[in-house]
Amino acid sequence: MATILLVFAAIAVVTPSLTRVLSTKVFYVIACIPAAAFVWTLFQTATVTAGGTIVESIAWIPELDITLSFRMDTLAWLLSLVVTGIGALVLLYCGRYFSSTEPGLGRFAALLFAFAGTMFGLVTADDIIVMFMFWEITSVLSYLLIGHYTDRKESRGAALQALLVTTFGGLVMLVGVIMISVQAQTTSLASIVEQGLTGPATTVAILLILVGAISKSALVPFHFWLPAAMAAPTPVSAYLHAAAMVKAGIYLVARFAPGYADTPGWDAMLVGLGVLTMLVGAWRSLRQYDLKLILAYGTVSQLGFLMVISGYGTRDSALAAVALLLAHAVYKATLFLVVGIIDHRAGTRDWRHLSGIGQQAPVLAVIAAIAVASMAGIPPLFGFVAKEAVFTSLLEGALEGDPWGWVAIIGTALGSVLTVAYSARFLWGAFGDRRSSAPTELHAESGSILIAPGVLAAATIVLGFATTPIDTVLAPYADSVGEGGYHLALWHGFEPALGISAVVVLLGLLLFRWRLPVARLQDRLPPVIDSSKGYWASTQAVDRVSAKVTLFAQRGGLVQYLSTILVVFVLTLGTIALLGRAWPTEIRLWDYPAQLAIAFIMATAAIAAARAKQRMTAVLLVGVTGFGLVALFALHGAPDLALTQALVETITVVVFVLVLRRLPAKIAQRNAPVHRVRRIVIGSLTGLVMGLIGVIALGARQAESIAAELPRLAVEDGHGKNIVNVMLVDIRAWDTMGEISVLVVVATGIASLLFVSQRGAAVPRLSGARRRRSPSLRSRVVADPQLADREMEVPRDSVGRHSWLIGGRAIAEANRSILLEVLVRLLFHPAIIVSIFLLFVGHNEPGGGFAGGLLAGLALVLRYLAGGRYELGEAVPIDAGKVLGVGLLLAVGTAIGSLFFGAEALSSAYFSADVPILGHLSFGTSSIFDIGVYLVVVGLALDILRSLGAEVDRQQEEADIDDESTDEFSASEVER
Amino acid sequence: MSASLTLVVLMAIMYGTGVYVMLERSLTRFLIGFVLVGNATNLLILMMSGPSGTAPLVTGTASDDRMVDPVPQVLMLTAIVINFGVTAFILALIYRTWWLAQLGDEGDTFSDEHEHDTEEATDAVFHQVDVDDEAIQRVLDESNEHSDDDQTTTRKGAGE
Repeated sequence: MATILLVFAAIAVVTPSLTRVLSTKVFYVIACIPAAAFVWTLFQTATVTAGGTIVESIAWIPELDITLSFRMDTLAWLLSLVVTGIGALVLLYCGRYFSSTEPGLGRFAALLFAFAGTMFGLVTADDIIVMFMFWEITSVLSYLLIGHYTDRKESRGAALQALLVTTFGGLVMLVGVIMISVQAQTTSLASIVEQGLTGPATTVAILLILVGAISKSALVPFHFWLPAAMAAPTPVSAYLHAAAMVKAGIYLVARFAPGYADTPGWDAMLVGLGVLTMLVGAWRSLRQYDLKLILAYGTVSQLGFLMVISGYGTRDSALAAVALLLAHAVYKATLFLVVGIIDHRAGTRDWRHLSGIGQQAPVLAVIAAIAVASMAGIPPLFGFVAKEAVFTSLLEGALEGDPWGWVAIIGTALGSVLTVAYSARFLWGAFGDRRSSAPTELHAESGSILIAPGVLAAATIVLGFATTPIDTVLAPYADSVGEGGYHLALWHGFEPALGISAVVVLLGLLLFRWRLPVARLQDRLPPVIDSSKGYWASTQAVDRVSAKVTLFAQRGGLVQYLSTILVVFVLTLGTIALLGRAWPTEIRLWDYPAQLAIAFIMATAAIAAARAKQRMTAVLLVGVTGFGLVALFALHGAPDLALTQALVETITVVVFVLVLRRLPAKIAQRNAPVHRVRRIVIGSLTGLVMGLIGVIALGARQAESIAAELPRLAVEDGHGKNIVNVMLVDIRAWDTMGEISVLVVVATGIASLLFVSQRGAAVPRLSGARRRRSPSLRSRVVADPQLADREMEVPRDSVGRHSWLIGGRAIAEANRSILLEVLVRLLFHPAIIVSIFLLFVGHNEPGGGFAGGLLAGLALVLRYLAGGRYELGEAVPIDAGKVLGVGLLLAVGTAIGSLFFGAEALSSAYFSADVPILGHLSFGTSSIFDIGVYLVVVGLALDILRSLGAEVDRQQEEADIDDESTDEFSASEVER
Repeated sequence: MSASLTLVVLMAIMYGTGVYVMLERSLTRFLIGFVLVGNATNLLILMMSGPSGTAPLVTGTASDDRMVDPVPQVLMLTAIVINFGVTAFILALIYRTWWLAQLGDEGDTFSDEHEHDTEEATDAVFHQVDVDDEAIQRVLDESNEHSDDDQTTTRKGAGE
């Protein structure tokens, strides 16, 4: 069964491409798959008849006890035959129904085909969760199929109604499905039904599942979506809304009936709503002009009928239910296909415009008459056999004193009278002669379109005479419900059921005869149950309320969102903190006296930063708090943190300055700060609550810190003495991996914000620089490359012609600092060497990839500050993206590499050696990981410098030039 | 264990001032608040490692017993670097916003995204759904038989 589903999935994927080649012939190709599934199912008949089952199971999510398990018993066998058999015929019919110019044909073919596969999965799945998934997939596919004519308003409206109603039911059902599988402690449907649980929780679960079933099978009050769904192409109506999808609800009830028919509320819901639906549907059907809508309301009515008998819960009613299900699927699909042909050939489905079709298309009329007779319950057709069985079993129940039996028998008998009436109306409407109008002109149509309805009509007759084998095959399901002795047969002798049938047919024909008075009566009565009004009201209300809520809550921008989050934070955590009893027993004033001094400086700086009016002042004051942290870290016993924080803080200040130099000096010149009091209140309260949390959190610790184990782990497993670094690159390397990924994203984000379109040509190189970089010149002060060619003409001793840094020449004289250039020339290379030293020594001493990378980044910052953007291009003539990429690749390579040696991802391997200067080094794969970290940090620094440094420079120069010429913000910059 | 009161007060002040600044409309001020709150958070994590002690470097001597908890330090180290990255990113955003704002007169502030939304505007969006619903309902209603038009047909039929 899993194999069949796999084939369905694979073919569905390629169907759109196939359609491009084969056009409408694709339907003949894909019809083979459900046909093959039909044949395969037929081959299982012997096993199923003997009461056996075919079971398949593939492990899927063992943690949740969910398996891809499939099980074919009698019920699944019957439904599989219905969905695959009718599926194949409908696909065959589609090949003639659609023309090759139909828009979206490939999509339609794929969807309809996928639907057939999904239905097969739904009826054979044994895992209730998997069954539910198929259930929901049918809803989505049905939405797409009903909405096939995307340009028609009514298609879109109908599709959305069907989707909302069935997924609403599905959502309710999901709750029930989970409840019942938890109570039964299994997800196997067979086992759940066998256990037959009872109790209040079970009752709730079952009733919730039934809500799903009645919404899918269009019972009152959900019935309105089904007639609306007739906006779909007719093959869809024939398959989804007669034979397959709407039967899913019936199937589910039939599936649960053996174990749960005694659940309180079961009868009221299924028999009560079923009878009501049967009457409402048939009553509506009686007054339709549109032939398809006669069938649609008729289907609603018949689904109610099916629900009554499937839910009734005796052995004989179960037998009748499966027989009726089969009968209905066959005759209703036939009738829809017939309507499709009439619609195609006559161009309308309104019977007021149809006349004389019976004479022009006699074969079609015969096929329709057979199906209609079966629907009305006329012998010797299968519909009659099934209806006999229904009446007998319900009457039996009623006579045993079951009140619901009486409701069911009277209700279904009345409903059947109406059924006969609308059946007659359909036949008369479609094929009758009307004196009022001339015979309808019919378009010519190839006879092969009649194959599908013809086969189905033949089946209706054959099944009627093959009652004995059918009875034998279906009996195992009936026997699982209870005990009884009824057998399906054409002739049972003169029984009460036969009498009921006769009276029903007679009354039905009379009702049809008196259709004018009936129509007048219907007009005078108010609409019986118009729940589509309720649907409208509720969807509109939901739309409007959501709009109001969104407008209310999301109008304020970032400030309001932040305030809301913070206020909620303060209220909840503040309340909990005050109610809690976890106050610390003792309070230390400080860890060491210097802490107080540092804290005082930092607090002052923070408050001053908040009040600063100038951008630079604020930035520098914030920097003070950052450097204060460096001191705190160093004194606390965290040298790694102190080192990293110091480097980060330095670079941060530089980057701030790089950007802010172009912005106006004063903050918020045009937009004065508002809501000052509100901000003070929220700020103080947040600070207060955080303080409370800080006090309580340490006292609330209950478990021992994991710190005790870490020194041993670091030395033995990580081969390093610096625990912090070993944790970063080895013990918790996954975290670091995530973090450097964030850095790569951030770097890319910064570059794309500044360069907008491309970043390749972003950083310029100096022309002629390569010649000047020859090794012989390395030891000397570099001559100006741009002046090099004119060297002869210029006196060698003139000032300012020599450059300590190559790029320095490109900066305007006024902006150059020879002191800075000399310093950078002297410091850059040592700084890079130290950064590499930090990288490798980090495993044992303070340092590591982050600190090393930041130091290298700082060296680049100096190079840029001294020599400008050309110097940056000369210092690192590689694209920053490549540096980032190589870094990430190294880290990921280390993670994956260990998999090749059969270890978990990111496991480390080591070899150690004594290296001069660095001492005893243990070099492991974690060191390669650290190199990756190093490169990512360098890449980030490089990207920041190129974007916020070099690119901002370039834009400023451009703006300056424009300022000189026009004094306006130039159009050329706008365009860039 | 208990925290150092000095650090708790310092942290509270930094959070308070940070939030106060963050709630302003200027993006630069927002960033300054962001950095303050970031530093305050690092301080919070630092406090969780308890009283100060020796660095988490294994020396094999007695001083290892006074070693501070290394776990918060690892968290903070990554937090510091991420903070730096995000700060740089917001700076790039500020620059870009300012640059774009030169085209108009908004300055480096951000506006309220739904400020100008009205119920009429949202109604228009939902209207289409209602139109679709009405269309299908009309199709269904049109198929309903009424005794009068049925009679008209019949009478006409009788007349011919």
